[in-house]
Amino acid sequence: MDIPYTSEPRQDTGLFNAKVGIWLFLASEVMLFGALFSSYILLRVGAEPGEWPHGLLNIPLGMTNTIVLIVSSITVVMAWASLKMKNFARFKLFQSITLLCALAFLGIKSYEYHDKFTHYEVWLKDGKIADGHLVENNADTIVLHHAHYVDKEAAAKVTHAWQEREIKEEEITIKKSDIRLREGGKLDMESYGPWHNTYTAIYFTLTGLHALHVIGGAIVIFFLWGPLSGMWKTDPERYTNRIEISGLFWHFVDLVWIFLFPVLYLL
Amino acid sequence: MSDNHDAHDFQKHVKRYLFVFYALIVGTVITVAASWAHIDSVAITVAIALFIACMKGFLVAGYFMHLISERKMIYGILLATVFFFAGLMYLTIWSMQPESLVHIR
Amino acid sequence: MQATTHALPHGAVAHEAHHEELGFWRKYVFSTDHKIIGIQYGITALIFLFFGFCLMMMMRWSIAYPNTPVPVVGPLLEKVLGADKGVISGEVYNQFGAMHGTIMVFLGIVPLAFAAFGNFVVPLQIGAPDMAFPRINMASYQAFVVGGIIMLVSFFIPGGAAQAGWTSYSPLASAVATQGQTFWIIGMVFLITSSLLGAVNFLATIIQLRAPGMTWMRLPFFVWSQFVTGFLLLLAFPPLEAAAIMQLMDKVAHTSFFLPSGLQISSLGHISGGGSPLLWQHLFWFLGHPEVYVLILPAMGIVCEIIANNTRKPIWGYKSLVYSALTIGFLSFIVWAHHMYMTGMGTKISTFFQTTTMIISIPSVIILTCLFLSLWGASIRFNAPMLFALAFLPMFGIGGLTGLPLGFNYSDLHLHDTYYVIAHFHYVVAPGTIFGLFAGIYYWYPKMTGRHMSEFWGKVHFWTSLIFMNLIFQPMFAQGMAGMLRRMADGGANYSAAQVPGAIGGLSPMIMHFNQTISIAAWCLGLAQIPFIINFFWSIKHGKPIASDNPWEATTLEWQTPTPPPHGNFEKAPEVHRGPYEYSVPGAARDFTPQNEA
Ligand code: HEM
Ligand SMILES: [Cu+2]
Repeated sequence: MDIPYTSEPRQDTGLFNAKVGIWLFLASEVMLFGALFSSYILLRVGAEPGEWPHGLLNIPLGMTNTIVLIVSSITVVMAWASLKMKNFARFKLFQSITLLCALAFLGIKSYEYHDKFTHYEVWLKDGKIADGHLVENNADTIVLHHAHYVDKEAAAKVTHAWQEREIKEEEITIKKSDIRLREGGKLDMESYGPWHNTYTAIYFTLTGLHALHVIGGAIVIFFLWGPLSGMWKTDPERYTNRIEISGLFWHFVDLVWIFLFPVLYLL
Repeated sequence: MSDNHDAHDFQKHVKRYLFVFYALIVGTVITVAASWAHIDSVAITVAIALFIACMKGFLVAGYFMHLISERKMIYGILLATVFFFAGLMYLTIWSMQPESLVHIR
Repeated sequence: MQATTHALPHGAVAHEAHHEELGFWRKYVFSTDHKIIGIQYGITALIFLFFGFCLMMMMRWSIAYPNTPVPVVGPLLEKVLGADKGVISGEVYNQFGAMHGTIMVFLGIVPLAFAAFGNFVVPLQIGAPDMAFPRINMASYQAFVVGGIIMLVSFFIPGGAAQAGWTSYSPLASAVATQGQTFWIIGMVFLITSSLLGAVNFLATIIQLRAPGMTWMRLPFFVWSQFVTGFLLLLAFPPLEAAAIMQLMDKVAHTSFFLPSGLQISSLGHISGGGSPLLWQHLFWFLGHPEVYVLILPAMGIVCEIIANNTRKPIWGYKSLVYSALTIGFLSFIVWAHHMYMTGMGTKISTFFQTTTMIISIPSVIILTCLFLSLWGASIRFNAPMLFALAFLPMFGIGGLTGLPLGFNYSDLHLHDTYYVIAHFHYVVAPGTIFGLFAGIYYWYPKMTGRHMSEFWGKVHFWTSLIFMNLIFQPMFAQGMAGMLRRMADGGANYSAAQVPGAIGGLSPMIMHFNQTISIAAWCLGLAQIPFIINFFWSIKHGKPIASDNPWEATTLEWQTPTPPPHGNFEKAPEVHRGPYEYSVPGAARDFTPQNEA
């Protein structure tokens, strides 16, 4: 006996095996990201006033990435439709756009990560806090671009991204001897890496996990598109099904981003 | 929706996909625009952003992932998932209500 | 249609003729055949169970005779773990405790109950040629092995294995300065991945590959129990995976997901704070509670099969069983915070979870009642599998009923984190689940090997295990109610009244004395497993050969195949005509009517 319903649907369920499999898998993915979103809400609600940043991220970049993923989604579905219409060349074309989109998305994302790792908060001995991008780290001074001094009281009242954008930014040069010291003698300055606060922690975790999904999905799409595409000749029906399955995963990745974007960038 | 369609049917689908695509772009633009608007209430800001995100999510899941015309079994699986997801989120957040916050504040 | 019931020796030859011969590695190590994978899972899980058991036997030494060198293995502990003079220190005890729990749950019971029995039996019972995704099945086993190896390796890194208990509560888990916890988390990610792949595969198989005529209400109850278990794993594990990722971030990227503001622990260094320890507990127990049903449901399924077979009667209330299992599946997702009454999460939410907890006990009672009623008026065959199945009922009953006081907020405040809890859940998993699994091993062994295990030694194994199990866990209830806390390396010696004469709330000498009784019983329980181990291996070659492919005269489809079933399982695609438990049908020629008989 061979395993039935690998490409033709079973009568009572109307589904072929892999379709059931991928939806079950996506159900577990919903719970995975669902738990992280729940954590996001819990951490946000529990944060002291002023501790949760608003408008920290670059909205134009985030919006570009949103559109990149939407474009990749339509090309994925068009690629599948092309196979259904027996147009293999168009399928190849659409899927290559998908792959380019995946690369573009990851490129932009890494630029954004880099941006956060060079964005510093610096505590001075006189109690002031400077905040900006570290561009020069000299022997006895540091220079921050797009920087400002943080007003903790005002910050505690910030509840919207647009309020953050109205803060005036300048270039600030700070003497290292003016910077407060931490226990152990290190300068009390810290980049906006995951360790900075619970917001950056959940931001890096959510987007990092999402980026891993983008990478995984892109690898599968690439293999089906390139090395494994010979199957189109030998078993076109099953090949089309595989494209559909990989597409379902890709759309899910897009779906997660649709929620990540407003939640992390806009609110 | 995946079986036994001729090319002509698919032309129709393609039109629908393109429509969804434009709707998604428009949704993205609106949600960004709304975040620039100076709305004071946090609740309304959050509600607008999440509403648009849900609409976009519905479009992707419904049309790109064909959920609109999927089989009962898939609906069943997803319904169970939604139930548990809602339970996880709601009950967890419930324990963050002020009356329950004795453990941190 | 008896075409598939053969006299021995059935032709392995005839079947393998039309299958290409696979090499040793492809056939036994990198196999995609569900039966081989099932056996791989089974043997690996038994080894882990044995290892977890050994950890426990050493812990029991420390509890009964604190600060004295462990006999026999003391020098080994000194060499391998650096235990001074072979004495189990607090750190080593914590490692053993955490790893005993982790290994027993995630590397022992789940792989044995769900993956091993599920893999071997489910496709056969539903009349499928294999699992829906054989290669994913193999990947699932490999991820399991990798996860297990990571857990084992963690004993040998500097500072040793995880020490924060199987629950790994933060901030404790992050605060322990060694990297054992990091290994634990990474190991868990592999184990979770393995379970998710397995769950997807099982569910897809049951949904898609049922033989013609095998409608949902004709599924053997064991398949139903695996179906619900699959859903629990599929939807409850991901939140723990999310939590594990966050704890990993806390550990390696110095985030503060679970570390509250103002926490000052030198091993943590500078942290931002602002996190919530409660969040970890929510996400952990969101898995943790469904997990206990993952541990118990497959055992219930096995017991149900064996009881039907050995009472030669249909199961009483098949539909009630099925609906109860489904109800348990749903409700088990909204009871988790009954493990968290002591966290101060609030009275309203405690009340909610207390209510759902009481409700979920109803379907469990229904299942137990149906199984008990099935015995009524039967002329029972008391063979080894049946003895274990029968003992499961009261043992699980004790475990379940003692859980009710833990489900009530008020009584739990007293009992929480005492040996009462240890006794309660061990009654469920040790004499409960493990007896169910032993029953399953004795029952399906002939299908796997073509030979029976020895009945006599099976009965010796049963009676000794039953006695010692109860000697171990009964006194623990008393200890717990007297106030003995769990996770103490010295078994409460420092708390006891003997140390502080006249102290109020100390532990009486009698309660303390139970420590020795329990430990001796635990080691005897270890000895009682020797007949089983020998029987298990000896019978492969020397057991009594089976008289036919259906030695128990059972109705379900796994017995309507050649023995052992060839690749592809059935010679002819089976067609199902009836329900799973048609025993002693009036007017039938024999007292059992297989499901595929027209
Ligand atoms: C059959 C013999 C077994 C005995 C005698 C036994 C004994 C014990 C003992 C003495 C403890 C720890 C007490 C403490 O220090 O708090 C313990 C903890 C535990 N056991 Fe077992 N056990 C057995 C089997 C199992 C099985 C089959 C499971 C699997 C599900 C299991 C799961 C656990 C868990 C989860 C813990 C808690 C670990 C922690 O504190 O984090 N045990 N057991
Ligand atoms: Cu529970």
